[in-house]
Amino acid sequence: MSDAVTHEHHHDAHDHKPTGMGRWLFSTNHKDIGTMYLVFALIMFFVGGAMALVVRAELFQPGLQYVDPQFFNSMTTMHALIMIFGVVMPAGVGLANWMVPMMIGAPDMALPRMNNMSFWILPFAFAMLLGTFFMEGGAPAGGWTMYPPLITQLGDGFPFLIFTVHFLGISSIMGAINIIATVFNMRAPGMGFMQLPLFVWTWIITAFLLIASMPVLAGAVTMLLTDKYFGTSFFIAAGGGDPVMFQHIFWFFGHPEVYILILPAFGIVSQIIPTFARKPLFGYVSMVYATAAIAFLSFFVWAHHMFTVGMPLAGELFFMYATMSIAVPTGVKIFNWIATMWRGAMTFETPMLFALAFVFLFSIGGFSGLMLGITPADFQYHDTYFVVAHFHYVLVTGAIFALMAGAYFWLPKWTGHMYDEKLGKIHFWISVISVNVLFFPQHFVGLAGMPRRIPDYSVQFTEWNMISSVGGFVFGLSQLLFLWVVIKCVRGGREATEEVWEGARGLEWTLPSPPPFHTFTTPPQVDEAVAHS
Amino acid sequence: MSNSHDTYFIPAPSSWPVVGSLALFIAFCGGAVALNGFEYGSHILLLGFVVIAQMFFFWFKDVIVESLKGVYNNQVDISFRWGMAWFIFSEVMFFAAFFGALFYARIYSVPWLGGAGTGAATNEFLWPAFDYTWPLLATPDMTVEGIASKFTAIKDVIPAFGIPAINTVILLSSGATVTFAHWSLKKNRRAGLCWWLFATVALGFLFVGLQAAEYVHAYKDLGLTLNSGIYGSTFFMLTGFHGFHVTMGAIMLTVILLRSIQGHFNKERHFAFEAVAWYWHFVDVVWLGLFIFVYWL
Amino acid sequence: MLYRNMKHFWSGLLSLLFLFGATVARAEYGLNMTEGVTPLSRNIYDLHMTIFYICCAIAVVVFGVMFWSIIRHRKSRGVVAAQFHHNTTAEVLWTAVPMLILILMAIPATKSLILIESTGDADMTIKITGYQWRWHYEYIEEEFGFFSSLAPESNAARQLKSGIDPNEIENYLLEVDNPVVVPVGQKIRFMTTAADVIHSWWVPALGWKRDSIPGFINESWAIIEEEGTYRGQCAELCGRDHAFMPIVLKAVSEDEYYDWVGEMMVLTMDAEAGADRDWTLDELLEKGEKVYSTFCVACHQVDGQGIPGAFKPLVGSPITTGPVEDHISTVMNGVPGTAMAAFGSQLTDVDLAAVITYERNAWGNKSGDVVQPSAITSIR
Ligand code: HEA
Ligand code: HEA
Ligand code: HEC
Ligand code: CUA
Ligand SMILES: [Cu+2]
Repeated sequence: MSDAVTHEHHHDAHDHKPTGMGRWLFSTNHKDIGTMYLVFALIMFFVGGAMALVVRAELFQPGLQYVDPQFFNSMTTMHALIMIFGVVMPAGVGLANWMVPMMIGAPDMALPRMNNMSFWILPFAFAMLLGTFFMEGGAPAGGWTMYPPLITQLGDGFPFLIFTVHFLGISSIMGAINIIATVFNMRAPGMGFMQLPLFVWTWIITAFLLIASMPVLAGAVTMLLTDKYFGTSFFIAAGGGDPVMFQHIFWFFGHPEVYILILPAFGIVSQIIPTFARKPLFGYVSMVYATAAIAFLSFFVWAHHMFTVGMPLAGELFFMYATMSIAVPTGVKIFNWIATMWRGAMTFETPMLFALAFVFLFSIGGFSGLMLGITPADFQYHDTYFVVAHFHYVLVTGAIFALMAGAYFWLPKWTGHMYDEKLGKIHFWISVISVNVLFFPQHFVGLAGMPRRIPDYSVQFTEWNMISSVGGFVFGLSQLLFLWVVIKCVRGGREATEEVWEGARGLEWTLPSPPPFHTFTTPPQVDEAVAHS
Repeated sequence: MSNSHDTYFIPAPSSWPVVGSLALFIAFCGGAVALNGFEYGSHILLLGFVVIAQMFFFWFKDVIVESLKGVYNNQVDISFRWGMAWFIFSEVMFFAAFFGALFYARIYSVPWLGGAGTGAATNEFLWPAFDYTWPLLATPDMTVEGIASKFTAIKDVIPAFGIPAINTVILLSSGATVTFAHWSLKKNRRAGLCWWLFATVALGFLFVGLQAAEYVHAYKDLGLTLNSGIYGSTFFMLTGFHGFHVTMGAIMLTVILLRSIQGHFNKERHFAFEAVAWYWHFVDVVWLGLFIFVYWL
Repeated sequence: MLYRNMKHFWSGLLSLLFLFGATVARAEYGLNMTEGVTPLSRNIYDLHMTIFYICCAIAVVVFGVMFWSIIRHRKSRGVVAAQFHHNTTAEVLWTAVPMLILILMAIPATKSLILIESTGDADMTIKITGYQWRWHYEYIEEEFGFFSSLAPESNAARQLKSGIDPNEIENYLLEVDNPVVVPVGQKIRFMTTAADVIHSWWVPALGWKRDSIPGFINESWAIIEEEGTYRGQCAELCGRDHAFMPIVLKAVSEDEYYDWVGEMMVLTMDAEAGADRDWTLDELLEKGEKVYSTFCVACHQVDGQGIPGAFKPLVGSPITTGPVEDHISTVMNGVPGTAMAAFGSQLTDVDLAAVITYERNAWGNKSGDVVQPSAITSIR
């Protein structure tokens, strides 16, 4: 087949790109697919963020000013579903698509057609999900956790919600399979597992988590569907089931899911910090084992989301201890990053700033997570804004900040242009300040007793909510700056060198910026020096 | 892994992935509006399935053509293997969710409703007349005076050592026949390949047929339905999804059989055959789990 | 209203500036968990503070090192990067030390948890049932029970664009019509369950929250040490009005408690009385309006128009204007699979008769039908 890129007739010199719509619709190119993932994630970030801003606007002061409580609940639910399944996961896969083949010296992903399908499911799936806004009964409003029996009260949107989850699951599983096949099978000669950059490692482990957990979610929502329409009673006590059973199955997926969101972020940060500290990553081997340990443990802690459902004491103790133990491998990662900085020669370009903020703010989120993991204390914290503060620290200043860091870090490689450093720094500083104004006060209102998922609150919570809302709007608007930096960088700017950053090490930095449409059509020979720095 | 790849293979742009996404979208939307009571919903669903089927057909046709042309190398073969293996693993986890539900109901929720462990107050105040039994023939709400139960009562359940045991034998033998087919293929005995495959397909459909007869019996005579409480729910969802997988596997085997008859595959390269065989063994193993935990214990 | 709130806002912003210098427990801004009024709550509070301080201490050390490095090891200071990349001693240490710290935390946590789960030997038992969106309390030994809903003033103010300033309402969203009253100094066993969806019963001053799950009962306990009024809210998303099902718990002396129990028993008898006599249309309408505005208004709205797409209108509906039997059975048995609950078990015969009569004669519905309590009794 003429279009098979083979050793005998490779044409890097005259990069033959397909043109027009077909280039994107029918793509089998990891870079194009990666780009589509990233653009999609960015768009959804604004959609999901706009919903969060509706939430924050309504919570600016007590009383109901703008929206009906039911719609408010839809906003909360859809915000979360979009941010998790439409932003962080696709962005992570997008980065993997772009970077993993270049990092391991492969020409593309192992299964390029399936790769395209993984992406194209997303716009269709979210069209289904967003379509529920226009249906009788409105969009899902039972929380992203979809607990029955509440979720079964949803109107016409219900089957659409369930099928969206199935649809997204198919996409994630195919994406994960592809990454595993790529890393296991497409590494360049000489690239052993212990030479893989950490970003690749974190993605292999994430892919395992995905394959093991997404089908379980699919099973759980299938049971919701049959309970509502086909007379089963999985979650109905009158028939011998238990509403809490759903929570167990959901969180068996849900907890690994949060590490699916954060592990690639760990990977990105592990690439950036050594680069700007101009020093090899400290404790490479322990980083790999720590990541694997986190992933392994994540399957034994799920019930820490349900301490208040009334489990037997032995269960509560088991899940408390297991949860606490995750702090150890996570701590190892934090300490390794700090040790990498130690006695390095650091510079503070935007990617590094975001990465440093990540280490600091993610740890704060981790500490509150640890506090939540202490069962008796969680009897007070649970379902309050303290939890909301916790997960936004790990998700926004964790996952999102790392994704931003990665975007700044790799933009010059992708586009061939340097982004505007000054604007980048302004974006960073506004973001990092406003995000704390946004989420830090939520610890206080949470401890003081404000439940989550409420559109209206009693007046003693007013001040902190106002501050939080102001922070939210500043943070949200400052993301427009990010959008601008990206657009500006795509359109032009100072030309980027191959290496881009002074301290950059690894195969991807040996390629031209931007890399040719098909990279590594012949396998590069990897020697120790080029492999992880 | 410095293995054998001196060349790389990257497929040309293809329209099937995006068609597949669209087809799934149509099917899901059709299913959803059908559940919402829209009268043409099932037609849309059907349309979706038709598009999905033709997508699979053409996508695999492309793959087969490429494969027959010999543009695939060892590396592509290995990629396919990784892909299939992890796909099967994801299916295993899907079944795990339903097995989890079964174990949870048997070990926790039903005993709790019956007053065991932390369920003492639950039983005393909410379901005082309910006792734990498994199989759960009478649901908790059937034991409450004065309210109509939402569920159908079970007269009896299907015993393990009747048709289920026969089905176990059938499925296990089909696992053997597919292995014989593989051996024949590796020895390049085409007739053996086709006959053993044919036997496998026949056993597969026989299994499905017996299973369907059991379902009719359960619904008609035993009052065992999807709507008969947690026993019926777990029973039908587990065996139903399994039966669905057997059907899919049997269809895939049929395709492989037809291709074998046409002379596809050779003794070194026959990944499609192996993939379907793996799938078949997976279906087999799941059945063993079902036989033990759903029917027997 | 906005002006007032802006004042709060600026004072809040100011306090944020002083935050890092300020002590943690600045009560008026509610920065911290309440200590509560039970042995459990104090125990949990202490645990919370312990783990909080431990986390702070770790943070100081970890971030201290990080910032030291950021300040000292920057290229602009002319340093040259070292090239070391592992150190076994350090790595073993920073695995082992956190483990030890975690064990230290786990010990008090385990003790608290065992204490919390010791629900036996209670002096009295209250069964709490969550409904969309109110609580029902049943005193098991005394055999009476009642519903407790959001207070009318708050309910009026919380409507969308009500124009009422929440700051003007006392205990906005934290006030109910019928508080639950308990004696101090007794070990009370709380049994939580629910009728429709999952709710969660939470009074922070007691130190815990417990989900109330349809079809199951969870048990918790408290010994309240100080008299007072303690407020809380539903803490599990339970639908549209999840924010509007507060809890008010009054802890009183034993004498006061028994007085109150006496009153409640009389009230209960009154409520059950009258089921066998015939009521006039006006009596039923008056009572029916009250029942409607407590139980039905959240969904079907004051004007009976419901909320399009979510809650069906009752004005001119086939049920409210059709055969009486269908109407009674809809209200008593609910509509399975929707938010319309079965009210047969929640309301007395008189209440049911009244609300059904009311619905058939209110708004534009002018059937003139009178449904007598005896009609309900005969259906039961
Ligand atoms: C990226 C996502 C992410 C990550 C990484 C985490 C990480 C952690 N989470 Fe979080 N969590 C969420 C996302 C995440 N979480 C979400 C979305 C929810 C809410 C879901 C919902 O209900 O909607 C949630 C809720 C949640 C709960 C339930 C709260 C409740 O509802 O009552 C709990 C309870 O245990 C918890 C615990 C933890 C713990 C122990 C960690 C640990 O992994 C953290 C480990 C890190 C550290 C501890 C810091 C660094 C370590 C050191 C510096 C070493 C030394 C430290 C010590 C020895 C203490 N999380
Ligand atoms: C990765 C996940 C992620 C991310 C990034 C975020 C980001 C944000 N989240 Fe979210 N959040 C969750 C995951 C996430 N959240 C989850 C899982 C829940 C729990 C849901 C549940 O209870 O079920 C939740 C719940 C949640 C709540 C609690 C709601 C409730 O309990 O009722 C709040 C309230 O403040 C909130 C706020 C925010 C804000 C202000 C941001 C900001 O960071 C957003 C930044 C804003 C923007 C980026 C917007 C930019 C838009 C514009 C500038 C306008 C332009 C508009 C257009 C172009 C259309 N989130
Ligand atoms: C939690 C929300 C909720 C509450 C509270 C509620 N209802 Fe309903 N009600 C509904 C919903 C939803 C329906 C529509 C059910 C359906 O789809 O058929 C409904 C339907 C009805 C109907 C039938 C209308 C028709 O035309 O089908 C009647 C009559 C009714 N409710 C009476 C009442 C009465 C009386 C009360 C109070 C005692 C009440 N409802 C409280 C949600 C509620
Ligand atoms: Cu009841 Cu929330
Ligand atoms: Cu978790």
